[in-house]
Amino acid sequence: MTGVQPAAGATRPAGTTPPKVRRGGRSARIGAVAMVAVVAVLVYLPFMSSRGTQIDLVGLFSLVVLGTMWNLLAGYGGMISIGQQAFIGIGGYGLVYLATNLGLDPFLAVPVAAVVCGLVAWPTSYLAFRLTGGYFAIGTWVIAEVVRLLVTQVDAVGAGSGASLTAFSGLDPVFRIAYVYWMSLTIAVVVVLGVYLLMRSRTGLALTAIRDDPTAAASSGVAVDRAKRLVYVVAAAGCGLAGAMIVANTLRVQPGSIFSVDYSAMMIFIVVIGGIGTIEGPLVGAIVFYLLQDTLAELGNWYLVVVGVVAVVITLVAPKGLWGLTRGRVELFPVGYRVGPRG
Amino acid sequence: MNTVNAVVQGVLLGGLYALVAAGLSLVFGVMRIVNLAHGVLAVLAAYGSLLLGEHLGWNPFLSLLVVVPAMAALGYALQRALLDRALRGGELAPLLVTFGLAIVIQNLLLETFSADTQRLDVGAFGGASIELTDGLAIGWFPLLAAAAGVLVIAGLGQFLARTRTGRAMRATSDDQEAAQLMGIDNRRLYAVATAIALGTVAIAGVFLGSRSTFDPSAGATTLIFAFEAVVIGGLGSLWGTLLGGVVLGVAQGLGAAIDPAYGVLAGHLVFLAVLAVRPRGLLPSAVTA
Repeated sequence: MTGVQPAAGATRPAGTTPPKVRRGGRSARIGAVAMVAVVAVLVYLPFMSSRGTQIDLVGLFSLVVLGTMWNLLAGYGGMISIGQQAFIGIGGYGLVYLATNLGLDPFLAVPVAAVVCGLVAWPTSYLAFRLTGGYFAIGTWVIAEVVRLLVTQVDAVGAGSGASLTAFSGLDPVFRIAYVYWMSLTIAVVVVLGVYLLMRSRTGLALTAIRDDPTAAASSGVAVDRAKRLVYVVAAAGCGLAGAMIVANTLRVQPGSIFSVDYSAMMIFIVVIGGIGTIEGPLVGAIVFYLLQDTLAELGNWYLVVVGVVAVVITLVAPKGLWGLTRGRVELFPVGYRVGPRG
Repeated sequence: MNTVNAVVQGVLLGGLYALVAAGLSLVFGVMRIVNLAHGVLAVLAAYGSLLLGEHLGWNPFLSLLVVVPAMAALGYALQRALLDRALRGGELAPLLVTFGLAIVIQNLLLETFSADTQRLDVGAFGGASIELTDGLAIGWFPLLAAAAGVLVIAGLGQFLARTRTGRAMRATSDDQEAAQLMGIDNRRLYAVATAIALGTVAIAGVFLGSRSTFDPSAGATTLIFAFEAVVIGGLGSLWGTLLGGVVLGVAQGLGAAIDPAYGVLAGHLVFLAVLAVRPRGLLPSAVTA
């Protein structure tokens, strides 16, 4: 939307108009209006829908946050993690511990839990970053297992059997569900917009360069490790928010499920199916995954088989995922610039 | 005595971890990809052996004659049909494909065999042991399993050092393009490497499944332990991997001797400590892998 002028004094053949460098276009403007409308409807939803619908939608919002965070790691940072459940779990347990054991207001406890996730991720990254590629992936998984095994030893949060979130008990369920819904919607919007703004910034440009070729990026003066560390910490905080959302929604946290590697599988499938390396992709992927989960619910574990096969096929045949089908003609979140004729 | 026992059992278990890890290392060395389905493929082999035992009454040792070639054939086909394509799709694609594959196989096993824990029955041999001193006994089976691990790793080392195909694999590992210019058919070589890796992981799977119980989700820990053995030992060194497996096994044994809940955790902590202090592993190879 903003035009960039060619550098002053640049020479060009007489009688030609300078090209215009632009970001975004009609699809982004229409998309922005449509998305504002969708969010407005979603904000109003609790006044006209059942509690079940709201609880379901919080599930969808958490998928959006998880997919967006995993895409930030892999699609922009080039880091495949299968250990994000560490931070989903710390976020969930953090909410319970802060709200139940320390008496913090649960809605305040959610962002605090996310900050805790970021603080845990920062030193952890120094260990994880000693590994690259596939070994980094398994390394993150080991870290998640360590966190799970340690939490299982803590009696204050129910050790192996888990704990319940009782801090909402004074609240009428109608209000509680609506408040949790609004909180989750806010988190999802903030996370998606935050990643969008990050990717438009100088750091975003550095990340794109790192993803395409870390060596070339480093030799062009990009502080590769610092940018990747930032992504890792941000993604940890985002996954912590998602974990807190999940626990605020279900009111129960249990180490076996909140630290399950199935969350990583979900995140990967959402991003791969929707389209890796785009902001729109995880949104599409989260909706598709949510609908598949719903329709294939009675198939039990077959749904993971189906989704897994779909993800493998998409990786091999259409690596840009569903959003890739637009071939870059539709951009809801314009990140890069385009050069075209003036006018 | 308890401690000595824990160390001895850990050493024996380490041989099996190293055996799983050897296949992981081989594939990584030749193709530079980490097969995230490696662990669940070991579990698949154990279920194959279980089926042969249930329907034909075969002993797990006898079942190896069928399971190992079958897994090797599966590896060859997998490489040709899926992984070759994934390799052309850049750095992320092989990880996404093998992880997807792991989830698919794990859930197929879950639907077919349920989540019940299983164990392969090696007969009376499974319980027999040699009493060394009072309170310290070495089971025949764990000893055999560890010996099998060492033998397979030694065999793999000899294969890589002495045969034509092994030499081609080392050449490809050093410089894939140069190796190709020397006339090496790298697609065939990749398929052979994956076949060997799955053959060895089948042996490991059957031994692990006879040593202790397993269920469809056991692939996760199998992969993690193999990976820890590789990193503790040092990337690219087979004997380092064996040492890594032993260190991991001993750490788990000692941890479990303190409290059964600490066994796996102690292994992870040793791994993280090595990563922090000696990121290239205990026995780093001269060539970076």
